[in-house]
Amino acid sequence: MRDWRYWLAEQRGTLLAFGIFIMMFIIYTSNHPAGFTANVVQTASNKGVLLAFVAMAQTLVVITAGIDLSVGMIFLLTNCLASWLVIGTGIETAFGVFAVLGTGLLCGAINGAIVIYGRLQPIVATIATGAVYFGIALLLRPFPGGSVNEDLADALTGRLFGVVPASLVVLMAVVLVVWVPFSRSVLGRAAYAAGSSEMAAYMSGVPIRRGKFAAYALAGLLAAIGGLFLTFFTYTGEAAYASGNAYTLFSIAAVVLGGVSLFGGKGSAIGAIFGALAFRTIGDLLFVFDFDPLWQPLFQGVILLIAVSLGAFALFRVRNRLEWFL
Amino acid sequence: MSETAIGGIAGRMPKFIRRADPAVLTAFACIVLLLFVGSLYSRSFLSPEYLLQQLKVASFLGIIATGMMLVILLGQIDLSVPWSVAAGAMMACAAAAYGPVGVALAIPFGIFCGMLIGLVNGIGVAYLRIPSMIITLATNAVAQGLMVVYTGGFSPQDSATRAMRYLATGFAIPGVPNAVVIWALIGAAMVFVLTRTGFGRTVYGIGNRERAAYLSGIDTRRVVMIAFAVSGGLSAFGGVLLAGYASKAAQSMGDAYLLPAIAAVVLGGTSILGGRGSYLGTVAGVILITLLQSILSVMQMPEAGRQIIYGVVIVAMLLLYGRAPASR
Repeated sequence: MRDWRYWLAEQRGTLLAFGIFIMMFIIYTSNHPAGFTANVVQTASNKGVLLAFVAMAQTLVVITAGIDLSVGMIFLLTNCLASWLVIGTGIETAFGVFAVLGTGLLCGAINGAIVIYGRLQPIVATIATGAVYFGIALLLRPFPGGSVNEDLADALTGRLFGVVPASLVVLMAVVLVVWVPFSRSVLGRAAYAAGSSEMAAYMSGVPIRRGKFAAYALAGLLAAIGGLFLTFFTYTGEAAYASGNAYTLFSIAAVVLGGVSLFGGKGSAIGAIFGALAFRTIGDLLFVFDFDPLWQPLFQGVILLIAVSLGAFALFRVRNRLEWFL
Repeated sequence: MSETAIGGIAGRMPKFIRRADPAVLTAFACIVLLLFVGSLYSRSFLSPEYLLQQLKVASFLGIIATGMMLVILLGQIDLSVPWSVAAGAMMACAAAAYGPVGVALAIPFGIFCGMLIGLVNGIGVAYLRIPSMIITLATNAVAQGLMVVYTGGFSPQDSATRAMRYLATGFAIPGVPNAVVIWALIGAAMVFVLTRTGFGRTVYGIGNRERAAYLSGIDTRRVVMIAFAVSGGLSAFGGVLLAGYASKAAQSMGDAYLLPAIAAVVLGGTSILGGRGSYLGTVAGVILITLLQSILSVMQMPEAGRQIIYGVVIVAMLLLYGRAPASR
């Protein structure tokens, strides 16, 4: 009878992110010179999907109460790799895609192995592995360049039936193939349990190590899908340090906007996707209102600052002051 | 812990080695090893001029790492270092453009801007209870945004004042670069604060268990806030000196200092979880990182290889002695 209430409580963050996104998108399209057309939606979705993949990757790790500061660098590394491999005949391209995705999975697995089996703090470990991944990306592409199978790229960044942006379809497919099975599997529940209370989960015999490892590895895979898409949009590979850092930062912003708790155990990748789309739309609002693009970094930074400060409202619900200190 | 397990080889070692932190010893051993490898590579590696030059380069990182250490001792982290450094440098150079008063106030103004960034971090972490990793990333983004708006996206044209250049490159004591003297003074002050004052003991207490420190009647939130403000100020001061060294500020001058600063502190044996660590270790970490950078650049290693070696060295050394206890 009261099932819907629990569902509502569980999905509150996701629904809020969805609401914010819809509101921002309406403001965006209604002020856009071209209005609500298939072209505008396609461009917006192509830009949003990149961040959405990276944000999903970040979500998986954040759910385990960890953080992955190397997602942006995995994103760059796979972008550079794709600009070498995803080219040529159908079979070569397919091989390239698998190689890129496999590389992402491997990067994530290395992070997971270091954090879980090496027992290092996620922050320091992923900053260090991020430096390694960026170094490899720079080795692959000292200068921007390369190319990609343009037929595939155009098909995946174009529109289906002239209306639906193909990138959104791919995003939904990835959600159905990666996120839904993971969050419903034993490993996914273990990842949530480890984030909620690692000790309690350990005592209950939940396979927390495997769950966390799967979360880190899949995060690498999702970041690689993002990197692949970046290659499809730009047709090139580029190892730009600032861009990798920005994606890591924005992924955290998207995760927070999407209602995923940074303390772990709460939230969903769907929320993070809407968080990412909302964050991108807010960033692009400046262009519709004809502001100087110079203001964009400041604007995005302030949004991020506000978004993370909103979490402080939970303090008002704290009855016992000792709960301030985790 | 180790003092109860005296015996075997450890028992026969001199007392000062037995009492020292194994992490600090490892770091110093690595420094000796790096010097040895470097001397095989080039004769001039062990010359006093070269080593003094390295110490001078290390002092910029050392000042920034001092602030980082204070924050890491609390069990927090400061990821706003890149743009605190750049903001300090840019604002100091900008102040210099406003006549003689500006020139006189350039250095304090730069440090003041860094402290403001740190203060926002501190309020967010201490009073709003936002995870430090997140709030410092956010203030870093805001500081970057402010600087981009201020400079118009290019490196600013204002140049460093004479005082800044003198502090970074001059010689007040013959043979010893000023930057090294400044690092030594800041380091001495830090050692004093950490070991001889109530504030320092509180920092260690909060790093171990903030709840317990709070229950012992300490205003832990104020201490955390001050520590972040000091960290921001020291980052900015490092930036001011760097601007003096290069005689102007640049857009991404701070990017190269975040990872080394954290690495120096952590390689020096300070626990990333807080509450444990000595300044001697940080000094060792800073020198270790600087020597590693220097050797890699002497070997003409490209940027890509440097990043990879960096990351691998940090992970490897942390796996050696920075591991968390296993859950049982």
